[in-house]
Amino acid sequence: MTSTQAPAPGRASVRRPGDRIFSGLSLSAGVLILVILAGVAIFLTVQGIPGITAHPDEVKSGKSFLPYVWPLVYGTLIAATIAMVIAVPVAIGVALFISHYAPRKLGQSLGYLIDLLAAVPSVVYGLWGIGFLAPHMVPFYAWLDEHLGFLPFFGPASATGRTILTASIVLAVMILPIMTAICREIFLQTPRLHEEAALALGATRWEMARLAIFPYARSGIVSAAMLGLGRALGETLAVAMVLSVGVGTVTANLIGSDNPSTIAANIALGFAEATGKSVNALIASGLVLFVITFLVNFAARSIVDRRKEFSGAN
Amino acid sequence: MTTTLTPPPVDVSRELYGARLPSWGPQAVLAAGVAGAAVSYAAGANLLQAALIAWVICMGLPLWSVAVEGRRKATDRLVTTLVSSAFVLAMFPLFSILWTVISKGSKVLSTDFFTYSMRNIVGEGGGIYHALVGTLLITGAAAVISIPIGIFAAIYLVEYAEGNRLSRWIRFLVDVMTGIPSIVAGLFAYALFVLFFGEGVRMGVGGSVALSVLMIPILVRSTEEMLKLVPNELREASYALGVPKWRTVAKVVLPTSLAGIVTGITLSIARVIGETAPLLIIVGTTDSVNFNLFDGRMASLPVFAFASQRNPGIPPEFSIDRAWGAALVLLVIVMLLNLIARLVSYFFSPKGER
Repeated sequence: MTSTQAPAPGRASVRRPGDRIFSGLSLSAGVLILVILAGVAIFLTVQGIPGITAHPDEVKSGKSFLPYVWPLVYGTLIAATIAMVIAVPVAIGVALFISHYAPRKLGQSLGYLIDLLAAVPSVVYGLWGIGFLAPHMVPFYAWLDEHLGFLPFFGPASATGRTILTASIVLAVMILPIMTAICREIFLQTPRLHEEAALALGATRWEMARLAIFPYARSGIVSAAMLGLGRALGETLAVAMVLSVGVGTVTANLIGSDNPSTIAANIALGFAEATGKSVNALIASGLVLFVITFLVNFAARSIVDRRKEFSGAN
Repeated sequence: MTTTLTPPPVDVSRELYGARLPSWGPQAVLAAGVAGAAVSYAAGANLLQAALIAWVICMGLPLWSVAVEGRRKATDRLVTTLVSSAFVLAMFPLFSILWTVISKGSKVLSTDFFTYSMRNIVGEGGGIYHALVGTLLITGAAAVISIPIGIFAAIYLVEYAEGNRLSRWIRFLVDVMTGIPSIVAGLFAYALFVLFFGEGVRMGVGGSVALSVLMIPILVRSTEEMLKLVPNELREASYALGVPKWRTVAKVVLPTSLAGIVTGITLSIARVIGETAPLLIIVGTTDSVNFNLFDGRMASLPVFAFASQRNPGIPPEFSIDRAWGAALVLLVIVMLLNLIARLVSYFFSPKGER
């Protein structure tokens, strides 16, 4: 009677060669991603160490590594910080507008419009910055110099408008979409009952946002801001094109003609002509950038990950 | 014993609702703002000043409100105005970029622009043929590298890992990888290739490797989301028919989520096709057509636009015009890819899922 072969209990299925190959392939693809990430760190370190230890005479800049990289780190941080100061309030405002102020049906399409900003390639941002924004900023900078010149930020104004403030504005536009996307997603996840409870107590719409939305979304806003910060720190081309770098001194003047460059822009502009140990020095500065952005992103993603119901917004 | 207290007469409606601005109030202020901007623009102010005047007039709404409705309502109106103006402010660069690129870039578009390279060209003329070829080859090779890795990794995360610790780490680090600066990816490709080909290596395929580093995490995330949407009942039905797991994945899960995966692939290509920094590092640029990914420098659209702007030669205007033209072509390609992605997901996604 029992001529049919029942699979032995306890074994879920026969391991067919196709199965083994397929699971092997997918496992190795997953592991390969970790290998790539490790590879980025390892190769940059290996190629960067000769640049860090290089004697000042061996590199084009004629400086040892720390004095060489410090103005770049300063420029990177300043540009990213100003971009954040501009972009974070705007991003929160836009996200709130799309999620709670605009009509529901319109909100989706308005979101697409903001996403279009994310699709614009960085070289186009660079061209726009240098061809449109910088010339239009010149009168504004002259005005700042004239009226607020007593502040250290607004020293002698640049005649071309290619200043670190212009670069920061371009950066702010570039990081706006990702921050808006994440903030919007989190605002929309605010429990309906919290909002309705606040409104039922007589809160105006703003008070409802303050009582119900912001407390719920706080960690999300922080991580969105940090992801934006990561983008701003690593953005290359727009800064490289917009910023006019003179001697590259560390200065507080945001609208001058001699600006500290950023790490990424310095690599992009210097790599083609670099030879020997100078290449290694550039790679080492890239390693510094990698470490900074990795830490920022790591922290941001950890905060996002702690909220289990919210899975990645890209 | 008790003096009857007649309550003072109260305006009940005011007590319950408070005074309010007329319902047409906000629209009226907005209209006044637009009118003010139009008048000042006609009187010779530039666009920016006109916009600023409109905004200042719109800020009159909270002032009006504080006079009529009181502080709380006025704060609410103020925030509404601010939030709306944040959106308008964010739209300004978008339209400014589109307008600038289209108006400056469309001047140079012609058949010659697409069919000529820059070989032996000084001054006027020349085109982006070599850059188009380079961009398509490099991005195509990057897609060939990334798509299998990305899709298989996503299959591992969804179908095989069952939430073990390795998969949690992969998922987390993929998220972190999406934030790697593009220039670091370029440096990585250079540091890798320099081991095999010696110092100063420039090679198209290196650019593909660098772009893959940027593309894989985007692909993994989008594919993973799509695979998760496939209902478990489909898998179980397939297993119940005795189909092995790998055939279930290949014949049931992947086809069901195909539209979403294609959308993700298209979006990731759109994302990397405009990347300049890594190609600048490892591929460089050239004036001639180069079809060989493994042999020396190649031009690409973004690097061409960058280089034409940066080193325009003399006289500069022709080169700068070409930079805008290349930027326009690039922008059109990216927008088309985004449009295709949206259309694919709109028309081909399983109907129940929408």
